[in-house]
Amino acid sequence: MALVDVELKIKRYIPEQDTKPHWETYEVRVEDTDRVVDALHEVKWHHDGTLSFRRSCVHGVCGSDAMVINGSNALACVLLVKDVGTTITVEPIRGLPVIKDLVVDMEPFFDQYKSVLPYMINSTDPGYEERKQSPEDRERFDDTTKCILCAACTTSCPIYWGNESYVGPAAIVNAHRFIFDSRDEAGPDRLDILNQRSGVWRCRTAFSCTEACPRDIKITQAIQEVKRAILYNRI
Amino acid sequence: MKIHRHSYDAVVVGAGGAGLRAAIETAGRCRVAVLTKLYPTRSHTGAAQGGMCAALANVEEDSWEWHAFDTVKGGDYLVDQPAAEIMCREAIDAVIELEHFGMPFNRTPEGRIDQRRFGGHTRNHGEGPVRRACYAADRTGHMILQTLYQQCLARDVNFFNEFQVLDIAFAEGRVAGLVAYELATGDLHVFHTKAALFATGGYGRMFKVSSNAVTLTGDGPGVLYRRGIPMEDMEFFQFHPTGIYKLGILLSEAARGEGGILRNSEGERFMERYAPTVKDLAPRDMVSRAMLTEVREGRGIGENKDYLHLDLTHLPPEQIDAKLPDITDFVRTYMGLEPKTELIPIQPTAHYAMGGIPTNINAEVVIDSDNTVLPGLYAAGECACVSVHGANRLGTNSLLDIVVFGRRGGAAMAAYVNEVSHADMAKGVEDETRGSIERLRVGAGGENVADIRSRLQEEMMEKASVFRTDESLRSVLDTVHSLRDRYQQASIQDKGEIFNYDLTEAIELGFLIDLAESLVVSALARTESRGAHFRDDHPTRDDANWMRHSLAFRTDTGAVRLDYKPVVGGKYEPMERKY
Repeated sequence: MALVDVELKIKRYIPEQDTKPHWETYEVRVEDTDRVVDALHEVKWHHDGTLSFRRSCVHGVCGSDAMVINGSNALACVLLVKDVGTTITVEPIRGLPVIKDLVVDMEPFFDQYKSVLPYMINSTDPGYEERKQSPEDRERFDDTTKCILCAACTTSCPIYWGNESYVGPAAIVNAHRFIFDSRDEAGPDRLDILNQRSGVWRCRTAFSCTEACPRDIKITQAIQEVKRAILYNRI
Repeated sequence: MKIHRHSYDAVVVGAGGAGLRAAIETAGRCRVAVLTKLYPTRSHTGAAQGGMCAALANVEEDSWEWHAFDTVKGGDYLVDQPAAEIMCREAIDAVIELEHFGMPFNRTPEGRIDQRRFGGHTRNHGEGPVRRACYAADRTGHMILQTLYQQCLARDVNFFNEFQVLDIAFAEGRVAGLVAYELATGDLHVFHTKAALFATGGYGRMFKVSSNAVTLTGDGPGVLYRRGIPMEDMEFFQFHPTGIYKLGILLSEAARGEGGILRNSEGERFMERYAPTVKDLAPRDMVSRAMLTEVREGRGIGENKDYLHLDLTHLPPEQIDAKLPDITDFVRTYMGLEPKTELIPIQPTAHYAMGGIPTNINAEVVIDSDNTVLPGLYAAGECACVSVHGANRLGTNSLLDIVVFGRRGGAAMAAYVNEVSHADMAKGVEDETRGSIERLRVGAGGENVADIRSRLQEEMMEKASVFRTDESLRSVLDTVHSLRDRYQQASIQDKGEIFNYDLTEAIELGFLIDLAESLVVSALARTESRGAHFRDDHPTRDDANWMRHSLAFRTDTGAVRLDYKPVVGGKYEPMERKY
């Protein structure tokens, strides 16, 4: 652990005074084991209180602080200063409208998430006991239950940047979570939704989403599994 | 600043587990709005790790009565026993209901919900550890939060995301409305409503080292406290034993439930001396005290001899990967250590408020020592005090609390609003909020909000945490008062209206200061040691004088007035707490 001087280059935009985004540079002293979000806090708390960014849990489980850090999507609370270097560029995630500084409009993202029926649908009465599920069946969709809806994947996708009607990787991940859950009965409905022009066929397997995911979800694989389920009618 | 007006039957404030569960219960029964200062899935329920206890007896013999006994004993007999019985009995329904909602619990080979051990949970009144915690790897809270949010979407619940509630209005002796600040615009919204259910979570950010999100600033309790609602049992604040050194990030008790052990500088498994029967799985207050006793006696580790080790190196690597994937990732990310082969530096971290807004078993807020209900006002989850956790909450019982009392509160609220009309709300209920926002915006006193907050957190950590004395508490009380004076001179740099977190952080600091004062005053008065409240100068439990709940009122002059109400007993007589 050692103190380091860090140059933070942040893409700023304050709608009440700026006509377009611009870069501002801040020099802050932090511990090398600090997170990028700590460096941002240092800017906000002691250099420029007008800097706005979302954050909450600050340890990578709430999904508030997805940003473009040194060119790649990441959570600011999961990257440490010592791992990203002493010159750090920070921009808002791409593909969603910027409202102020690093804060983007998340509504389109959540609307796309909602479009895939992201909830358990099962009309049978299980009675007063749990629905049984074997450990193997439980394992089948384990990876996609890890999603925290941070949007790092969707906003790293070049297809999403160019086509805002594409539901994006995060929505597909959350559809996958139910399609492959043995207790759920609405898989065919979700496959129909994802078989549309806005669905899985937009994916060009660039793997950007998989690389961006802070939860290490194998997103491209999940998208491919959904594609196969549509093609071969197999869940 | 524009003012918008809305009318609803009921408003839920906060969208963590308790708020979402309440919203599910009200959906379709009345017009309800959910106001949350974060997107619902950002709520801190999602950070809960280890599990949710319910005596399903899926893997070994168990009963909800044993669970209730553990809860009462774990809470050092400050628990209201009828409430604990309800929680432990309804825990079974709650887990099954969550499973039906789609919750992906880990499974037994037979396909049933799997269960594991957790601190303080025992078979047959303390004979030994029992496998009672239902779990989904070490991300149980994440799964519960996602599942409840999904169910709200299925029911088309009406969310107002990034709306922060800053005031409440009463009329005719009942709830009349709420005032909320919209982060995206800086506008104020007045909600005319028959009822409000507060589910805003905790306030651990008054301490320096905390497992809590930075947004956990006690806004809900803060709003009500300023409007005359007392805060119950504020002196009981839980420090979780296994926080990552300095950062405070939680490493679940499940690490010890799976077999992890604590070691001091001599490599000794010191918990064997403090709790010979359950050892490392003793309740959190006891383990945190044992750890800091080791530090005091010179057996801490590191340059400053101020931390201990969590040892997972003897566990099979595949068990770590399967059962503790997230917390071991935290260790790799934030400490640069490999938990399969290296020891993990840990220290107690401010984790959970046992105290809060006083409620009865239907989550109705009660406002005095006679338990008088304030019609239309409800609270559930960490911000509330039922009291099911007493002086020390058992691990997993918080996830239980939010679903059981979130449901009960939602049901009671839906029934209530279908019986009454809206109260006449006075004009200008938003004026005070608008005034205080304007004052902060133009404030030229020059005091820095972050500096005041840091000082509060450092002082609270040093003087009002695991060990307390009359002297330390008087000292921190003086500091809190001087910080409040400085807070009156706070200035913010951001004068804008759109996503002005400079402003909301300043507002949140005000709530933290008020709640810290109520905590310290309550702790100063309680001249005994019970659960998480330990006084070096009064080291034993004093049932003759202190078998009662504290109620801290904020008076018109801003001072704190204390009152008390009796603990509601039951079949378990207080006895010495040994494990």
